[in-house]
Amino acid sequence: MSVITKGKITDIQELKSIAKKIRINILHMLTQSGSGHTGGSLSAADVAVAIYFSKMKFNPDNPKWEERDRFIMSKGHAAPLLYAIMAEAGYFPIETLDHLRRVESPLQGHPCCKKLPGIEVSTGSLGQGLSVANGMALGLRLDNNPARIFCIMGDGEIQEGQIWEAAMTAAHYKIDNLCAVVDNNELQIDGPVEEVMGIEPVHDKWAAFGWHVIDVDGHDMEEILRALNEAERTKGRPTVIIAKTTKGKGVSFFEDKVEYHGVAPSHEEFDKAVKEINNG
Amino acid sequence: MGETTPVTEEQKQGPQRKPKATRDAYGETLLELGRKRLDVVALDADLSCSTKTSKFAKEFPDRFFNMGIAEQDMVGTAAGLALAGKVPFASTFAVFETGRAWDQIRLVVCYSNTNVKLVATHGGITVGEDGASHQALEDIALMRALPNMTVIVPADAAETVSVINAVADYKGLVYVRLGRAKVPYVMPDDYQFTPGKAFVFHIGKDANIVAAGIMVDMAKKAAEILSQEGIDTGVINMSTIKPLDEDTLLRVAESSKIIVTAEEHSIIGGLGGAVCEFVSENCPVTVKRIGTQDTFGCSGNPDALLELHGLTVGNIVDTIKAFFKK
Repeated sequence: MSVITKGKITDIQELKSIAKKIRINILHMLTQSGSGHTGGSLSAADVAVAIYFSKMKFNPDNPKWEERDRFIMSKGHAAPLLYAIMAEAGYFPIETLDHLRRVESPLQGHPCCKKLPGIEVSTGSLGQGLSVANGMALGLRLDNNPARIFCIMGDGEIQEGQIWEAAMTAAHYKIDNLCAVVDNNELQIDGPVEEVMGIEPVHDKWAAFGWHVIDVDGHDMEEILRALNEAERTKGRPTVIIAKTTKGKGVSFFEDKVEYHGVAPSHEEFDKAVKEINNG
Repeated sequence: MGETTPVTEEQKQGPQRKPKATRDAYGETLLELGRKRLDVVALDADLSCSTKTSKFAKEFPDRFFNMGIAEQDMVGTAAGLALAGKVPFASTFAVFETGRAWDQIRLVVCYSNTNVKLVATHGGITVGEDGASHQALEDIALMRALPNMTVIVPADAAETVSVINAVADYKGLVYVRLGRAKVPYVMPDDYQFTPGKAFVFHIGKDANIVAAGIMVDMAKKAAEILSQEGIDTGVINMSTIKPLDEDTLLRVAESSKIIVTAEEHSIIGGLGGAVCEFVSENCPVTVKRIGTQDTFGCSGNPDALLELHGLTVGNIVDTIKAFFKK
């Protein structure tokens, strides 16, 4: 059984080079499909790569393996990021990425657990992943299953009231086999988060809800790994990592551009972007 | 789904049983399930004393999760528990369970096909004095529209026991709608619920009443009156509203000059809607729908409210008689 065990990759350079490959594959799939969410897939890439390739144990040949760690992409529009990672991890052939958003494709516009083994739950309607993560965490705890749950949310997403219901639940039930991440890229479809519906002070809000809060530069692999380790060590309460990120990270002409939230790159932009990522 | 279980304690009490609320039968059955099965867990949204999940909570505090007044989170958490291999029963009032958390039910229960048992109490107008805000008259329509969903409305406490045991064994999501008020026993003593299977008391040559929930009892009383007056009237307990028992309904439609549907729900989108959809495509026959007439409820005692909304034996009788007088 090809179990990818916890801590398999701890070398920072190796993780960084995987992240580059993931970014290129994200842009490749988006360019191929002609639609999809560029900005938020790139912003969360480093954190997601660190979680999957440094922390999680899973087995792509047995996606339902009971002891696997679970990952929920609550910000379901970052599906291209999840798909690129799953292809890299061996869940399906890399060529499948060419079928993003096509009819009958397992790679739906937003993750669908019934169409793609390895997706834990379908997401896309925002605000729901953290509740499901809590439920999984409680269920695993009842069975004394040591597996852990990771859940990435968007910063715009935490405007959803259900996130705060779930935030209360995790603290109330002292859920510590869960590590949540807020991809704090400060932009949402209609504009800057603070202009659309301010969420600050994000750190204080989670702390007030009873969470252990860790602030990191969401593109600094060393900081991310440190935070993930700290989350694992933290007992008796849930941990959230507030990852300060840049929307469109890695491609200068996408970075901090709200118009690239839900727009795929052109072929010319793709060629330019790949050069930038490779030189970055 | 569909395995027969031994005759229940409810049924052993014989025909003289006092009326009993379906929610009470649920609370007792869930407790029994908890004793038999370690994988059964329960969630509630601060209404456990009313939904009767409190019995389970008291004996199995580690397997009970009070989610506070947060239905959306409750449904999401239930889905997570199901994904971790548990069999979660998530309960609150029908209006909050289906309305407040509809998108959660759609995405992480139905679309994700998680093994969540949504068991709501306080369905319908017999919620009574709390008034319209608490009376679910649209819940069946909301649930019936969702792919993968099974919708069940038991007629009495004994059927509820049978339903709850059946859905615990069934691998898949369900919505079970229960009531607040006491209801008389109406199903035969040896009856066992089979999901997707209607129970036929009798198929009438003139009229047939397709009913669910508390209206099954009234349908039986109405049919007796009508049959004495020479209108051969049948009664069908359509406790599984989705998937509809199409074979039985086709037989009923073929035998009917008129079908009357009777439910404690809006005439839009519930049992009446389901029967009309099927019959109009497969065996057109006149259908009259008894239910609330696209309106909200109001405060009052349950019997007064049933009267106000025409959910009565008299209205069923009058509806069928009026058809034959034409």
